[in-house]
Amino acid sequence: MAEHDHDHSGGSNLSEMELRVRALETILAEKGYIESAALDRIVELYETKIGPHIGAQVIAKAWRDPGFRQALLDDASQAVATLAPQVGNVGEHLIAVENTPEVHNMVVCTLCSCYPTDVLGLPPTWYKSFAYRSRAVKEPRAVLADFGVALPVETEIRVWDSTAETRYLVVPIRPAGTEGWSEVQLAALITRDSMIGTGLPKNPSEVA
Amino acid sequence: MDGVHDMGGMDGFGKVEPEPNEPVFHHRWEGRVLAMSRAIGVFRAWTIDTSRYAIELLAPSVYLTRSYYEKWFLRNQNLLVERGLIDTDEVAAGHALRPAKNLTRGPFTLADVEKVTKRGSYSRPAPAPARFKAGDRVRTKNIHPTTHTRLPRYARGRVGVVERSHGAHIFPDSVTTGKGEDPQWLYTVRFDAQELWGAEADPKLKVSIEAFEPYLEHV
Repeated sequence: MAEHDHDHSGGSNLSEMELRVRALETILAEKGYIESAALDRIVELYETKIGPHIGAQVIAKAWRDPGFRQALLDDASQAVATLAPQVGNVGEHLIAVENTPEVHNMVVCTLCSCYPTDVLGLPPTWYKSFAYRSRAVKEPRAVLADFGVALPVETEIRVWDSTAETRYLVVPIRPAGTEGWSEVQLAALITRDSMIGTGLPKNPSEVA
Repeated sequence: MDGVHDMGGMDGFGKVEPEPNEPVFHHRWEGRVLAMSRAIGVFRAWTIDTSRYAIELLAPSVYLTRSYYEKWFLRNQNLLVERGLIDTDEVAAGHALRPAKNLTRGPFTLADVEKVTKRGSYSRPAPAPARFKAGDRVRTKNIHPTTHTRLPRYARGRVGVVERSHGAHIFPDSVTTGKGEDPQWLYTVRFDAQELWGAEADPKLKVSIEAFEPYLEHV
């Protein structure tokens, strides 16, 4: 992984990319296409507001509320829209797929980086990596091993290649030992990777 | 196009390496590139499909060696020049050298942010009845367009089952070649791994793609 920029305030050791990106932003602002304050806001939203905690809230509700679970599986965009006051607006074409003891779902975009941004935020680097994109559709069990996940050989693995504007959200299996837990408690178990299908929810003992 | 972007099933890229506690952006400029990409969207100078195609059109050596957001930056700059929103001498100068020619609206401001952080809609009214339904066995066509397509190489000429229908959507293959949205039915088509990867493949693996109707034929 590349190291972080250390000079954010100007000076002589800005990277070539920092300089080129600043130049383009300057041109766009001077020509009247953009205001830089609006770009600041977009960055802030993705750094602080739009992230996997949204998906975790959705899954936690589905685990506790059978009516919501069914609505989510029937039409995830519509179901999540009912939570807009808590989770913000989501776009169309969101589809939830549920893990069971028999079938484990996993999501990839082999052609680019399609990802359910509305509910998970921007994708992690590994999701966009050549290794994940090339291998997920061919040897997903080996990919899962890279994440430290081993599933029983009899578990079917179902990989969803996001080749259009539909976006897939995995509903992981609710861990045993969480009976009576609140949505907030349950959400703490739900990792980003468990909603992509490359991870499993945390063990209840990890957060208790 | 049969480009290096079409990576499904390729070998040799090594292990997947998750980064613990990964930041949203690793460099400040990455966030600026993401934000500029979103902001420029309000000018409707190109669509999401065109922006994907523009990354596929980067030279393979560039695609394979530049980081994700470097590619986004190159894509943005290339499209801004190609569509006449900025000029190459301005890129060289690092400043605007003349007023914008074709401003269709005022600048992207804070009031516009919400429009571009919620995903758009790509559904369109269906132009014709669907040719396929859930449960149909279908074969993907063996096509190799030299332009943009969303049918990955690994799933061409393969027999699968239609699992879901998503209604009609903008057809990327058409909109990226200037032929308009040409909405087409979109389906989830599921394949057994052995159909895709041969007899040695995991018998408990199934893979689906999202396939536009023109990619499919009845078996």
